[in-house]
Amino acid sequence: MLDTHAPECPTAAGPRAPRPKSAAAPDKLVLEQLRKNYQGSNAVDDVSMRIPTGQFVSMIGPSGSGKTTTLMMIAGFVPPDSGRILLDGKDITALTPQSRGLGMVFQNYALFPHLTVSQNVAFPLEIRRTPRAEIRERVAQALEMVRLSPYAERKPQALSGGQQQRVALARAIVFRPPVVLMDEPLGALDKNLRYQMQVEIKELQQRLNTTVVYVTHDQEEAMNMSDLMVIMNGGRIEQVGAPREIYEQPRTVFAGKFLGEANVLLGSIESGAQASVFITGAGRRLVLAPGLPRPSGKTAALFLRPEKVMLEPIGGAAGGVAGRLPGIVRRVSFLGHIVRYGVDVGERDILIADVPNTRGRPVHVVGDAVEAEWPLEDTHLLEAT
Amino acid sequence: MSRAVAAAGTPTPAVPLAAAARAPDSRIAWLGLPLLATLLVVFVLPLIWFFVRVIGESGGIGAFAELTRHTLSTGAVPQAMVLTLWTSAVVTAATIFVAYPMAYVLSQARGLLFSLIILCVVLPYFTSIIVRTYAWMVLLGSQGLINKVLLGLGLIGTPLPLLYNTVGVVIGMTYVLLPYMVLTLYAAMRSIDLNLVRAAFGMGASGAYAFWRVFLPLSMHGVLSGSLIVFILALGFFITPALMGGPSNITIAMLIEREVELSMNWPVAGAMSLVLLAVTLVLYAVYTRFTDLQRMLR
Repeated sequence: MLDTHAPECPTAAGPRAPRPKSAAAPDKLVLEQLRKNYQGSNAVDDVSMRIPTGQFVSMIGPSGSGKTTTLMMIAGFVPPDSGRILLDGKDITALTPQSRGLGMVFQNYALFPHLTVSQNVAFPLEIRRTPRAEIRERVAQALEMVRLSPYAERKPQALSGGQQQRVALARAIVFRPPVVLMDEPLGALDKNLRYQMQVEIKELQQRLNTTVVYVTHDQEEAMNMSDLMVIMNGGRIEQVGAPREIYEQPRTVFAGKFLGEANVLLGSIESGAQASVFITGAGRRLVLAPGLPRPSGKTAALFLRPEKVMLEPIGGAAGGVAGRLPGIVRRVSFLGHIVRYGVDVGERDILIADVPNTRGRPVHVVGDAVEAEWPLEDTHLLEAT
Repeated sequence: MSRAVAAAGTPTPAVPLAAAARAPDSRIAWLGLPLLATLLVVFVLPLIWFFVRVIGESGGIGAFAELTRHTLSTGAVPQAMVLTLWTSAVVTAATIFVAYPMAYVLSQARGLLFSLIILCVVLPYFTSIIVRTYAWMVLLGSQGLINKVLLGLGLIGTPLPLLYNTVGVVIGMTYVLLPYMVLTLYAAMRSIDLNLVRAAFGMGASGAYAFWRVFLPLSMHGVLSGSLIVFILALGFFITPALMGGPSNITIAMLIEREVELSMNWPVAGAMSLVLLAVTLVLYAVYTRFTDLQRMLR
């Protein structure tokens, strides 16, 4: 089971590590062994996690990974087959969506087309029979927060996609729900606008100190906004952690590959008296750092981020302890900020090396014999899948 | 990376499609010509010809105008007109109440249930209106099925007067006009995004509140369209009120028929028709003013 509290700051976490206060924050939302079966297949299979108060938590995974179903179970639209959902320590599993009182932002905004922007935002307050004067005040406040005050009397259709999204946001926060759920809220926006909205949502969340559960399939979006990321696959949680933690310390090949580019070399481990050795499919031997965690069994996947790999001319590599494989450059892609090399390190193993496009780096061409080199601590051994 | 790009590149079809629906390609406009020609030949021209003849028979436009004014001021016509409008209004209200739940179920139904309901709604259309009206008479008469069952159960002591009065007319007309309302409402309800109702639930709305504040307002344009269609059709109803109504249920259409068949007074019938046509056209103008046909058909 992958229960995760606010993560202990791993050494690699650096500046993106969660703020210290959150480590002590009580859990706002707890999911316990949630299961949902749709027509014989497990849409959600034993999902457990803790969502600390005031944290931005994103659930991310490919379509069909169960992230939306999990969100809908939290919202109350989908009843779980088994398991419990706790909000502030209270079991809300059996409650209707109405009585959970959570804020929700839908994928296509779900703004009421027959109501004006301010009427839309006032809607949840009117349901709660908030006094008129207070409604007016809080709607104005919420609209100001999303910078839509001038549009209060317009109909949603008269607004741009980004503005509609902000109305949905205002409507979700105006009644100060304990948790705001967001289901791919930026999916319909174009890329530039999306980044801008990510920043806005994140700022709003921090300003209000709201707990947000955010579903997306866009890993950059999730990394940009999240305190905690939940990587889902096939209805199960692959890994929970801060973006940097998952990126640098993936627990599974899937989690590692889902966040960014990855080199995965399949091979076997040979334990020696002094150090263990990883032997690639092509028979190349790599001495492993002592104490490196590794899966049980003889086979393993060697996992390595492309930007950790440096390319040196044969024999030009500096000494010292490092992972090192000789190879031939097979592909060179100039991507602007980086140059991506595909290096053949034996048989079908292609090692990707992302070299920053900075002055003074040697430029390699297809056919060059090079030595690929990386710091030993950036090597991870994962279960081969 | 590629994921993000793919998602961003996904076009949002709603806007271009709607734009396309609003601005039909002018090059295919000629496809509408056969329809226009047919309407012109079988509807507009006969209508013009009818009025021209009626005006001729009554001795000129001035005489016809005088006749129309006279017809309107005599007792029977205004009375029939008021009754016709009143009956149409009651029938329209009745169809709304019967059709709304049906249309709602239809809009939520899938597969077999959907086909079944559609069949029930549309099938009567393939039956002659006279047959259907007589069928109702069999059911509603004082010796009819409904009264016999109610009497047999001891719920009533004497047969209920369900036929040959306003009740009979309203029941019969509501039944005949129901499909127009059901289908119009269905079209309107299908275009409602159910995520909106869901969103209302998520914000804490009860079922009744979500219906009242979200679903009903969003289906209102369908109610309005359906009402106008039913109301306009009801204005010209003849067979049902003639067969199922009592001596006091004289609609304007029945008066016209009487003038033509019994009195052979074509000019008076023409004047009455003109009044009915004028009322209908005014209502139609209201209808087009308040209904976005393209939105309905989308």
